Amino acid sequence: MADHPSETVKYSDPYVSGIALGLVLLAAFLFAGRGLGASGAFAATATGTVAVVAPDYAAANPYFGRYLARPGGPWREWLLIEIIGVVIGGFLSAALAGRLRRVVERGSGVSSTSRLLIAFAGGAVMGVGAVLARGCTSGQALTGGALLSVGSWTFMLAAFAAGYAVAPALRWAWR
Amino acid sequence: MSQFLLPLAIGIAFGFTLERAGLGNARKLTGQFFLTDLTVFKVMFSAIVTAMLGVFWCSRLGWVDLNALALPETYLRPQLAGGLIFGAGFALAGLCPGTSCVAAASGRGDGLAVVGGLFAGVLGAGLSFPLFVDFYDSDARGAWTLPSLVHLPYGAVVLAISIVAIVGFLAAEAIERRARVAVVTQAFTSARTSARTRSRARMAVVALALIVAALAAIARTPENAATAGAAHVRAKALYKPPSGC
Repeated sequence: MADHPSETVKYSDPYVSGIALGLVLLAAFLFAGRGLGASGAFAATATGTVAVVAPDYAAANPYFGRYLARPGGPWREWLLIEIIGVVIGGFLSAALAGRLRRVVERGSGVSSTSRLLIAFAGGAVMGVGAVLARGCTSGQALTGGALLSVGSWTFMLAAFAAGYAVAPALRWAWR
Repeated sequence: MSQFLLPLAIGIAFGFTLERAGLGNARKLTGQFFLTDLTVFKVMFSAIVTAMLGVFWCSRLGWVDLNALALPETYLRPQLAGGLIFGAGFALAGLCPGTSCVAAASGRGDGLAVVGGLFAGVLGAGLSFPLFVDFYDSDARGAWTLPSLVHLPYGAVVLAISIVAIVGFLAAEAIERRARVAVVTQAFTSARTSARTRSRARMAVVALALIVAALAAIARTPENAATAGAAHVRAKALYKPPSGC
């Protein structure tokens, strides 16, 4: 894997970055009274979009309706603002490390187009799972994990179990 | 204004650390599922243990009110099913929602495709929500924590998870070593020096985590007889219902 161009600049030690990430999460708990998240930003964006296209339908839909009922509306959702920060932070870090590159990460056996289609499909499946689980790796695994929520730990173990279950069937895509 | 600046600042720090760790790269993330690169596990569990110990000690020292923290409520079966679906999608995408945003931000087309897929998936699930809303709201267990599940004091669970994480880190290193031997490569000397520095950093982290975790258990011991029950009730009442994720 060392042959890949994006691997030429070394990433930070996983334990050091993990502790840094834990301190970011702790800061969120202390200063905002809540943890991190990501899928909630997608939920807010989807809600906001549906509300623009079909406001009456959005208000009547039990999922979008719940998001619309929150104070401030979907476009002021805490997690949406946070995820804008994630994009800025990710961009800054990659820029500072000289890792900004227009690439499609893929195995040598698949074309860029196939990889993009697989990535889109994987994203869509994750989206459904995150709706059902009320969160993702950030909002459930990290945040709920650190707060010892039973549901979050269930989600985390289930997600990794399923990942390992399907991974052998996906080896061709990353060879 | 801080309603805007605070989440933005936290998000920037979040995205920055994810990119630093290499988690904006789907190749690195999928290494977790093929057992060639366990960065995901190491970063996630270092973060969980750090934040868990931080929350534990901050509440102990009275710096944070656990009741004021948004604890994700448990809906057991929907979260189990959601986790299974999510995990399959995660392995397929090679990125999770947060890391897909980082991947897209650093110029990766596959990151952007995952972002698009996530939007489509959440939108589709929302549109078809009436079909599974009953399941979504089923099996509600409220604010339910591991200490109340296993009937142990908060500090004991914190210690147990810290130990499990340390054992997991050692296992992860062993698994990676085996994977590396299997691919014996050219860049062998540089790999050796960086491995030495890394192992030193690792030792320091492990030792620190052990000390803090042990202190957590000791801090609990004096009260176990008289107030173990009370500690329980507190751990249960510790968390108020959340605003969701």
